[in-house]
Amino acid sequence: MTRWAMVADLRRCVGCQTCTASCKQANATPPEVQWRRVLDMEVGEYPAVKRVFVPVGCMHCDEPPCMHVCPSTATKKRPDGIVTIDYELCIGCSYCAIACPYQARYKTDRASFAYGKATVQETQAFNPKRLAVATKCTFCVDRIDAGLAKGLTPGIDPEATPACVNSCISQTLSFGDLEDPHSNVSQLLAENQTFRMHEELGTGPGFYYIWDKKQGDASA
Amino acid sequence: MNDNFGPKPWHQTNWDFRAAFNFMFGSAGAGLLVAVAISGAAGNALRAEMLLGMALIGAGLLSVWFEIGRPLRAMNVGFNPFTSWMTRESFAAGLVFALGLAAVWFASLHLAQAAALAALVFAYCQGRILQAAKGIPAWRVPALIWLVFTTALAEGAGLFVALAVLADTPARGALGYFSLALIARVLAWSIYRGGVAKAAVRPALAALDRAGKMLVQLGTVAPLALLLVGWFVPEVARVLMPLAGVAALATGWQFKFVLITRAAYNQGFALPHLPVRGTR
Repeated sequence: MTRWAMVADLRRCVGCQTCTASCKQANATPPEVQWRRVLDMEVGEYPAVKRVFVPVGCMHCDEPPCMHVCPSTATKKRPDGIVTIDYELCIGCSYCAIACPYQARYKTDRASFAYGKATVQETQAFNPKRLAVATKCTFCVDRIDAGLAKGLTPGIDPEATPACVNSCISQTLSFGDLEDPHSNVSQLLAENQTFRMHEELGTGPGFYYIWDKKQGDASA
Repeated sequence: MNDNFGPKPWHQTNWDFRAAFNFMFGSAGAGLLVAVAISGAAGNALRAEMLLGMALIGAGLLSVWFEIGRPLRAMNVGFNPFTSWMTRESFAAGLVFALGLAAVWFASLHLAQAAALAALVFAYCQGRILQAAKGIPAWRVPALIWLVFTTALAEGAGLFVALAVLADTPARGALGYFSLALIARVLAWSIYRGGVAKAAVRPALAALDRAGKMLVQLGTVAPLALLLVGWFVPEVARVLMPLAGVAALATGWQFKFVLITRAAYNQGFALPHLPVRGTR
């Protein structure tokens, strides 16, 4: 079996928002919709102040609350762990958006464009099916499926890898198969200390945050 | 809420007053159907009150219909009875309307009682809908289910008592049921308040406390006092009892309005650890 997951190394992220821009370009999301965004946090008090940049989005949970509450079965989880939305089934009730503890879902009632009038790219990428329904990060599922069909490896081959991961300038984001012990993400999880967002809720996010090396490796 | 790092929670923007109306009207309508069934009403009184109860539930559902993005696909709401309490609510509503309309047609108390059972399920589903929303700490507290449920009973009983006075002085049994529903609601509020204190953020708690204060003082103590005075001074009962009923109804409605539109903060993001950068 395969379990696609994403890992963000918080020590590396510089908050450049390239992943956000890349996602917007790849998925043609309208203004104010960011399937991949980066939180810019300032913690501590002067002079001991730190800035932390945290990429967030759909966590593609093992037990997605959005899927359980969805009355129309528009939200589904694939066997490989990717949580999808069927835009043809969704009624736009936003119950999933309320149920998501990660504020990963959006609903846009009307078409809107960055500069008022649609640009060429926005015109080409505009999808009316996405209006007035729930939308969110798909882990670029189309790229993954198309890449797999060509025999490529998601997370390794850029053509089969989510756009945000491809664009990351600091190699903060990694993508791969958790079930494969030799995959890049499995290696990262084995070597580092990680946490998942709001783990106490039991949603089982498929998005891990690295914050330090494992204790035994600290001096390495 | 905790010592984690992260941006502060903010209020959800997905459900507004239209969603709140569903919980306000729907529960009052369901509660009214239950009160009618318990009262043993018959004939035109049964018909009128059953119709009003169903109209309230229908108004709530219509209000939600105005909120959904794709109203022409509304029937898709019934596709997920396996896990979605919203689907189950819609099934319960369908049953309420089928049995309720049959009860009205035949003026049958037995059918009205069957409709009341479906209405109880409907009210329970409304509680579960909110509790299943993991993204809202003030809603996912299990005790909220019973608060929403008992609020439906109290609102419906209050409405029934207020309407009954128009025709005659309500039976003692109806007043007893109303009093019990009020006490159950305030107990459920107390239990919920204890649970939500650990989960919700300060602005949500402040909104809930203001609404809860109204629920206790104007929605419980005042109606019970009015009922007591009406009991001992029957001459003023016809004035006091509708007041008691309306107070129970109005405070229940304002509580749910606040719950949906003022206390529904998410939990933001929280980092249990900060990244360790550089050499050590």
